Amino acid sequence: MAELRFTESHEWVSAENGIASIGITRYAADQLGDIVHVELPQPGKKLEAGGEAAVVESVKAASEIYTPLAGEVTETNRGLESDLSRINAEPEQCWFFRVKLSDATQLDRLMTRQQYDDYLKGL
Amino acid sequence: MAEPGSALKRTPLHALHVSLGARMVPFAGYEMPVQYRAGILNEHLHTRKSAGLFDVSHMGQAFLHGSDPARALELLTPADLAGLREGQMRYGLLLNAEGGIRDDFMVARLPGRPWLYLVVNAATKDSDFTFIACRLNDAITIEPQADRALLALQGPKAESVLSRHAEGAAPQTFLKVVEMTVAGASAIVSRSGYTGEDGFEISLAAGDAEYVARKLLAEPEVLPVGLGARDTLRLEAGLCLYGHDIDETTSPIEADLAWTIGKRRKMARDFPAAERIMGELMSGPRRKRVGLMLKDKTPAREGAELVDGAGAPAGRVTSGGFGPSAGAPIAMAYVAAEHAADGTELAAMVRGQARAAVVTPLPFVPHHYVRKSG
Repeated sequence: MAELRFTESHEWVSAENGIASIGITRYAADQLGDIVHVELPQPGKKLEAGGEAAVVESVKAASEIYTPLAGEVTETNRGLESDLSRINAEPEQCWFFRVKLSDATQLDRLMTRQQYDDYLKGL
Repeated sequence: MAEPGSALKRTPLHALHVSLGARMVPFAGYEMPVQYRAGILNEHLHTRKSAGLFDVSHMGQAFLHGSDPARALELLTPADLAGLREGQMRYGLLLNAEGGIRDDFMVARLPGRPWLYLVVNAATKDSDFTFIACRLNDAITIEPQADRALLALQGPKAESVLSRHAEGAAPQTFLKVVEMTVAGASAIVSRSGYTGEDGFEISLAAGDAEYVARKLLAEPEVLPVGLGARDTLRLEAGLCLYGHDIDETTSPIEADLAWTIGKRRKMARDFPAAERIMGELMSGPRRKRVGLMLKDKTPAREGAELVDGAGAPAGRVTSGGFGPSAGAPIAMAYVAAEHAADGTELAAMVRGQARAAVVTPLPFVPHHYVRKSG
């Protein structure tokens, strides 16, 4: 698996061969609490960088997941719904959707793990 | 809610919450635990199958003194309080002059005590106490109990847990109240709560609260439970949350709380806005609080608009989320009278999409109160 990159809105991105897998970080999962439902985008949907891509419903609230990278949705993780507690337990193992990147250089704008950890310390 | 930057108050159990790993959030001017390490789902399910301990010390407790405080308080509520016997507790509504609900409350007459014990909501307690003091100035002296804590021990194992720490008989059935000793501390104990389960609410001196809470938490059946699960439990039980499901714009009849109006009071029509309220009772309110079950997995939360089959406005969700025991998204809503019948098909608008919902009898999960047998 490629090295993860991170966003300020607490998504992680793993990109290989022009395809990015996107999920939520440990911090996001902890903040949301118990997840009870996810709404995933339709494959084929074209997303703009920073656009709303999916919704996570926790017991407490609904939260949007943004795609940090523009592209077309190629695939969604249909297995998530059958074991939602895994998102809370192992958030970095749970990708939500995959995007065929329009511009792979956008990845360089995202934070490395070290940068993200520093960012969390400042919150 | 406190103003940003203003200091939040703490309950006597604050240090205990922090030591238990609670996530603390602002609520009604207090720093309160929304969940502990187990998380809302586990805390909720544990309360339904075993026992949960809640800190509800933010709520407003008071003693009402006077020559006949029950009769006097009837000026502000349609509940039958004069008929409240010693050792009984009752749920009631504090009304404004228009018949809107200023607050909901629990009131009890303790065995051998001339005064009444009153519990109101945290967010409204100061205004309630001022309102009661001003309106009933001649008849009632209100003595707020800011130095008392309030614990709720809820769930099917609550009785067995309490019995291990009780000196004297605990209240035997739902809405009975006694003074007794719990883990060595003097307490007012009622068989009541906000979860739909059997259980107790334990009022005691602030200084005794942490010791007693630790004793109860040391029992293997008991988990600490935060406000997050308190909300999902009460929603499944169909119980109103003040400021959301009921407020000054809703009447007791619209709120489907006509059962809180005493028979004698209906006959006498001697409560605030009695003409309006009795009129709604006779000819039906224009809108009504109902339960809603969502047909797919997306919750409809507070504020979601409801539409009928033709897409016309039908009402609005006042509380909604995922019901862990119901296993589905559930909500309470106000709908126009013509949509209030059980089984009515509506749709909730969530992020621009219509989500099928059906009007469902409350509660979503059966109550497990211990009633008198035979």
